[in-house]
Amino acid sequence: MKAHGTIRSAFEKGGRFERLWPLVDAAETFFFRLPVRTAGGTHVRDAYDLKRMMMIVVLALFPSMAFGTYNVGYQFYASAGITAGHLECLLKGLWVVVPLYAVTFAVGGFWEVLFALVRGEEINEGFFVTGALIPLIMPPTIPLWQLALAVSFGVVLGKELFGGTGMNIFNPALVSRAFLFFAYPKSISGAGVWTLTGGTVVDAYTMATPLHLGIEPKGEIIAHLSASGFDFWRMFTGLEPGSIGETSVIAILIGAILLVATGVGSWRIIVSVFAGGAAMALVCNAFAPSPANVMALPAHYHFVMGGFAFGAVFMATDPVSAAGTNAGKYVYGFLIGVLTVLVRALNPAYPEGMMLAILFMNLFAPLIDFVVVRLNMRRRRLRAAG
Amino acid sequence: MAYYRLKKGYDIRIAGEAEKHLERAPFPEAVGLCAADFYGMTPKPLVEGGERVKVGTPLWRDRRRESLVVTSPASGTVAEVRRGERRALEAVIIRTDGKQHSANLPAPPKRIGPPARDSIIAALCATGLFPFIRQRPFGTVADPLVQPRDIFVTAMDTSPLAPDQGLIVRDHEREFQRGIDVLAALTTGKVHLCVDGKPKESSFLADITNAEIHHFEGPHPAGNVGMHIHHVAPVNGVNDVVWHCTAQGVILIGRYFITGAPSFEVTVAVAGSAAARRRHVRTIAGAALSSFAEPSGEAGPVRCISGNVLTGRNAGADGFLGFTDTLVTLIPEARKSVFLGWLAPGFSLESVSASFVSRIMPRRRFSIDSNRNGSVRAFVATGIYDRLLPMDILPSFLLKSILAGDIEEMEKLGILEVAPEDFALCEYACPSKTDIQRIIRDGIDLMLKETRETE
Repeated sequence: MKAHGTIRSAFEKGGRFERLWPLVDAAETFFFRLPVRTAGGTHVRDAYDLKRMMMIVVLALFPSMAFGTYNVGYQFYASAGITAGHLECLLKGLWVVVPLYAVTFAVGGFWEVLFALVRGEEINEGFFVTGALIPLIMPPTIPLWQLALAVSFGVVLGKELFGGTGMNIFNPALVSRAFLFFAYPKSISGAGVWTLTGGTVVDAYTMATPLHLGIEPKGEIIAHLSASGFDFWRMFTGLEPGSIGETSVIAILIGAILLVATGVGSWRIIVSVFAGGAAMALVCNAFAPSPANVMALPAHYHFVMGGFAFGAVFMATDPVSAAGTNAGKYVYGFLIGVLTVLVRALNPAYPEGMMLAILFMNLFAPLIDFVVVRLNMRRRRLRAAG
Repeated sequence: MAYYRLKKGYDIRIAGEAEKHLERAPFPEAVGLCAADFYGMTPKPLVEGGERVKVGTPLWRDRRRESLVVTSPASGTVAEVRRGERRALEAVIIRTDGKQHSANLPAPPKRIGPPARDSIIAALCATGLFPFIRQRPFGTVADPLVQPRDIFVTAMDTSPLAPDQGLIVRDHEREFQRGIDVLAALTTGKVHLCVDGKPKESSFLADITNAEIHHFEGPHPAGNVGMHIHHVAPVNGVNDVVWHCTAQGVILIGRYFITGAPSFEVTVAVAGSAAARRRHVRTIAGAALSSFAEPSGEAGPVRCISGNVLTGRNAGADGFLGFTDTLVTLIPEARKSVFLGWLAPGFSLESVSASFVSRIMPRRRFSIDSNRNGSVRAFVATGIYDRLLPMDILPSFLLKSILAGDIEEMEKLGILEVAPEDFALCEYACPSKTDIQRIIRDGIDLMLKETRETE
């Protein structure tokens, strides 16, 4: 204990390693809730803090992480036509997913620590969430060096340049994915990247995601999907190709329940994303030229395909980049749902609309809040006048 | 009569409520008045160390409104005139003689009514009772030169471990009624009396006349006068001034108009998990805390707070009861590190959020210490503030406008309606551990400076 004190003092203000203080602080506050006393304001404080909040999000991601890992292995063996046991699928999945996480946290952590040291600020726990999210929105085939670049781009340009956690406009994890989409489109779009294969793919296996199959359906769209093995329940449970964490709606729902029950994720946003998606899907259905068109896809299929559910629960709810007012959250979420389905229906070149819809609405969130704030001011003004 | 049910807010599940039992505390050997308890006044001391004072002897006056004075609640000798930075007055401490001789003060006017308004105000100012009256906007000590639109009387308290209002008012109903009559003479508008609970519940004030009774129900801060004003008749501008006073203040005012001599005898709750004997006591405003509030032996270091855990002042064991305070809270100081605190299931942790197991035990009360419970971080719009402020105000946007120093925006977002105490619960729950009351105070300081300059 005494040695700890001596070493610690070397890192404190005036100590030899003063510049490295954020590292010591991060380690200390990670392991211990220190007896720092309130001073000046309220004498007692809620036991809840940002660390706790971030950890709940990470916890809510665990089901998706676990299922996604299993699914990577499952798809690997399925594409090779091999019937593998659950354990084998999981091990194969770990073989792929663990390096992705290792690279994400090493690279992202490096930038976080670097910026904290340069600024002399405490290291922020915000990256736990970003770091947990990024691999889950990647295809399992993503080259590690591209991942490293994407993480760097997301953390540095998406967050740190704005001033760090709490100041960013865009969701940093989505910025990472958008970077790959524009810089290395081949790695993150098309039909070939969503399953890790051993080289040979058996004929019975469909490499494309349900979203891709929906672009140009041969015949009625739902029949076409289920002919390829993607009926509603399969997509609901998640044994399909796709980004690692997005496939299982069941796993996502478990996370959603945790987020909403603890109040960490805004139910207003989640509900209105689904409401917006459903509304737009109904409009598309009404104008669908034929049942063999992607516009004819019913709303509940949109919900279980691609990143819709994952985006609604884990991406749109990021409190930093979402609208901040309660009224604004309804509008923000609803428009995300609308835009996602709109992009899916009308832009076959890139069928996954979720990422762009959320980034787009991130941009408009301050505007939505601005309107809500003006309305509040207007009520006050009218009250004073009348 | 009206009934308001406020849904937003939260009652902190803190242990250590005072027993509903009233006893007389030993007369304090010392009393102290702190300048910080009189927000809005710029004090100019009128006494020096060693001077003899009586009950009602002016200790300091306001530099801006010379009639506004703070007087001694006890007779005795000035022990210390404590000054702080730039020699600003911090406190005046008096060694009491226990005799409670009254200073030579003019008798209060016999006939109470609007024509006597000026002489009532003069009498309230001279006795030092006037500072019990506060005002919105700004939450300052009221300005005696202003004609208030309405006067709000708060006979309820929803703050953590609040004293029992029944014990404060019981046996003083006559004084309370007299105080209401006095206040009614000071405004051309109404006296709004805000009480707790549903219309038929609060019996102890049911017979009060000369005031409009409003019933407020809901978790804290439903008892804050800021909520009452906002819902009954909101403040609409810098010149739309509303006065307010606590039930205790009304009783003291009424007593003076009945007996003719000022008295500062108040009822105070002693509460908190680190307090040895939790009960209500009769003592005087400014009394030394040591005369009636003792920390329990096994608690380790204890924080003695005059007021509640959200808005009170850390007075120290040798400190004094705040001028308008009716509660003293003793809580343990934080002293233990908790291993992996952010990961704990939290069976015994209090939180507004639903992220701890303790959530499923709504009736349990927790001994909460002074731990900050986390590190200071940037604002994150978690939406928690919105759930804790039952007003049509957008808390985080108001806070941001204050941080930006944008006076026009602050006013449009409602700073004139609030006081730091209204945001205390937001500060308690803030996961970024921001000093929200400090920010609101800075905003109000700025607005106040601006309006006084243009006067």
